[in-house]
Amino acid sequence: MTADADTPLLSVRDLKISFALDEGLVRAVDGTSFDVMPGQVLGVVGESGCGKSVTMKAILQLVERPGRITSGEIHFRRRDGGGAIDLARLPPRGPDMRDIRGGEIALIPQEPMAAFSPVHTVGDQIIEAILLHGHHWQTDRKLSRGEARDITVRLFRDVGISMPEQRVDAYSWQLSGGLRQRAMIAMALSCKPRLLIADEPTTAIDVTTQAQVLGLLRDLQAKYNTAIIFITHDLGVIAQMASYVVVMYLGRVVEEGPVDVIFHAPKHPYTRALLRSIPSLYGATRVALPVISGALPHPFNRPSGCSFHPRCPDRMARCSVAVPSHQPVGPQHLASCFLHHDLAEPA
Amino acid sequence: MSGTPIDSQVQPLLDVRSLQKFFPITKGFLQRTVGHVRAVDGVNFTVNEGETLGLVGESGCGKTTASRCILRAIDPTGGQILYRTRAGSVVDLAVLSPAELLPLRTEIQMIFQDPFGSLNPRMTLLDNVGEPLLVNGIGNRRERIDRVAELLRLVGLRPEFMHRFPHAFSGGQRQRIGIARALATNPRLVVADEPVSALDVSVQAQVLNLLLELQSRLKLTFLLVAHDLSVVRHISDRIAVMYVGQLVELGPTDEIFRSPQHPYTAALMRAVPAADPRVRTTDGTLGGEVPSPAAPPSGCYFHPRCRHAVARCSVETPEFREIASGHYTRCHLAGEMAF
Repeated sequence: MTADADTPLLSVRDLKISFALDEGLVRAVDGTSFDVMPGQVLGVVGESGCGKSVTMKAILQLVERPGRITSGEIHFRRRDGGGAIDLARLPPRGPDMRDIRGGEIALIPQEPMAAFSPVHTVGDQIIEAILLHGHHWQTDRKLSRGEARDITVRLFRDVGISMPEQRVDAYSWQLSGGLRQRAMIAMALSCKPRLLIADEPTTAIDVTTQAQVLGLLRDLQAKYNTAIIFITHDLGVIAQMASYVVVMYLGRVVEEGPVDVIFHAPKHPYTRALLRSIPSLYGATRVALPVISGALPHPFNRPSGCSFHPRCPDRMARCSVAVPSHQPVGPQHLASCFLHHDLAEPA
Repeated sequence: MSGTPIDSQVQPLLDVRSLQKFFPITKGFLQRTVGHVRAVDGVNFTVNEGETLGLVGESGCGKTTASRCILRAIDPTGGQILYRTRAGSVVDLAVLSPAELLPLRTEIQMIFQDPFGSLNPRMTLLDNVGEPLLVNGIGNRRERIDRVAELLRLVGLRPEFMHRFPHAFSGGQRQRIGIARALATNPRLVVADEPVSALDVSVQAQVLNLLLELQSRLKLTFLLVAHDLSVVRHISDRIAVMYVGQLVELGPTDEIFRSPQHPYTAALMRAVPAADPRVRTTDGTLGGEVPSPAAPPSGCYFHPRCRHAVARCSVETPEFREIASGHYTRCHLAGEMAF
């Protein structure tokens, strides 16, 4: 494998996804672009409805009807080194996509309770995945069930599940929230993926368990050098986990940059407002928090021009007419805002 | 915690003493009781009029059960829930019959966690928000409409919305509707169970601001049940930390955050990911799991996970003692070291 560290593992280019509903067309993702480098932890921040989850579904070709990828490209460099392929063009149920899904790109879903089948043991479900994608472990012959079970026990130990030999035979409802999330991580890692998509992996669990799971993910990332896309609305989690951050608003990337720059020198008014609005463990108490005025617009009536302009404290006349393009505003730092550059998207 | 309300300068609105709630564990065909889950096991705290007490802890620690006992949504197994009524008399909510509770229902109201599940989707805002007035027999239809309009304005929604149904509103707006409903009967004590945990960051800030504003305008008393420490810290005057059915620490918010006097409180605070990449907070996390309240560990319930534990901790149950004025902890080592 000739992995080039400077070439993106995944490159999403001008992705558009829309949902044809009875009421009209909802453009959930409206021209999103970002890259994931090999071994990088990319944080994706945004509020509900900003299109972050559906973008991740698109990468795995799991967008359900009436949703549809209308345009754009999702380039992914496969393990065999045969150059990048466009996932958006692959048939969702074809052999390539089925091999990539779980085998090379794995997903840690938000609710581990809903993700495991309650009528099979967690071990059986992981063993099934390992047997299905066995060629990522053993290229010359098929894995036996016993070998797959050994791998599962080893993974359980890796993710810090005590008594792994017994726990592989447990059902998901017999495990606590933290253990279930660990089992989910073991399953996601079971086929040695090169890219892990973690969609709000710690939202449903307690803060102490969250800290354990985050520490675990960081250790595993260092050990296997897996690239991770970390989606969350919790800015604390992003600050602790990500090295590069993408901020989304209404289906578009409005700002992106290294984590330190995003938290200490954000350029886009939305990013700034978002950072100010969170209560911290250090700030003043019992005073009004600065809020982002107004509410998220309904997807049917997306504002003209820059979609953030009705809520923006720094809006200018131009913002309601032209869409700012995504331009460099510093080293590795891009923003879509006329405050920082004059370039508009072609109408 | 000792001290009678008569001694203290401010007579508390709510005085919870030795509150217990056990759930039976049954087994077999005859449903024999083989043990008890001690979900709430001897909890003491007071809530003064006009203040916010934050009740924090991990899932399963009993914080929601305790709050449901206070609302008498479930019946406590033991203890007293002394409540000072609007009329000025002190009653024990724990022993009142449903008929005796009825007049007090208007004084104690609840804000729910889930803004989607807690509103009736088949009822308009007028009916959803006005229902507490209807069931408590307050006003006629005309007066209810006026009151609902006033309430919607109070929580920052347009009164014209009252003929719409909940599905037309976003999560943050629905939470405002739920708050309006809780305020319909002019309550004095509002129990809010995770009021912002289902909301987005920017919406969360709006709802927190609304709660603070309403509290000062209407002189409300809040019992806030939540797991997010930064949220609890932001709006609480005092904080009570629960672990396996017991309080482990209780004190003024600033003091607890400046120098926690229980290792569990300190561990909870360390576990909150700081929204600053230059501050690393996810190292040195609390290991292990919350023990089952059906079979808690010996001695101090926290000792198997405590990094400071000494031999004494696994044998001797620590008392809930006052370490500074109004600051209580259940730890043998408190005062001897910083956690």
